[in-house]
Amino acid sequence: MFHIEGGDFTNAGSISDHVKKILSKAGFPNKIIRRISIAAFEAEMNVICYATRGDLSLFITPNFLKVVVEDEGKGIPDVNLAMSEGYSTADEKIRELGFGAGMGLPNIKRNADEMILTSKFRQGTHLEFIIYLDRQETQLPFE
Amino acid sequence: MTVFDIVKTFGLQTRTGKDRLHEEVTGGYASDLLSDVIAHSRKGNIWITIQTHPNIVAVATMKELSGIILTGGREPDVDTVQKAEEEGMPILVSPLFTFELVGKLYQIGIL
Repeated sequence: MFHIEGGDFTNAGSISDHVKKILSKAGFPNKIIRRISIAAFEAEMNVICYATRGDLSLFITPNFLKVVVEDEGKGIPDVNLAMSEGYSTADEKIRELGFGAGMGLPNIKRNADEMILTSKFRQGTHLEFIIYLDRQETQLPFE
Repeated sequence: MTVFDIVKTFGLQTRTGKDRLHEEVTGGYASDLLSDVIAHSRKGNIWITIQTHPNIVAVATMKELSGIILTGGREPDVDTVQKAEEEGMPILVSPLFTFELVGKLYQIGIL
């Protein structure tokens, strides 16, 4: 389990980097590693941009990889709206850094086989996604 | 066409990843929004941006891009240089603004 601090842009990307290194050391296929590190990166950035703090857990099983991100913070008032591409609540500082395009959650969905997002307004957000190891033939739309 | 061919043609300054300039460039993508690059760039693309912080290296590495060109004379941050050297990701610098550089790249067949 890895801890993510909200607003900590200097270490941004370090958790997904860890995830990537663990999985490549374990010998998982490149395509799987790419998909999970992209989704983990977006999830990590969401905590940094919008939450107070959070934890990212990686579960490795023989059949699938699962990532769970639990955060404390303002939460998402309308999850369906947040899932729509282009919708963003990012402030000016976040946008200047090139985040807040409103594409993070859709990118997670695109790279994962399954995704669950629930949120309690003003409390926090729970995100889970799974990538199956026995469906490696799955092609991404932009590859 | 390789990253080196682009460096040579446009007189770009190489800041990092000197050993990886032989990589084949499969096309280009221009954007300053990281999630947009994650969604739409393809493996081997050269990425044109004005972002200079270390996350550009994370994105470029994840998407297996062939290199990053910073436009408008922008320089990579110190920790961006460090990360890019660790990952072997070429960062190149151009004094031209994005629109002009992209136009020139398009003209020589980077699509």
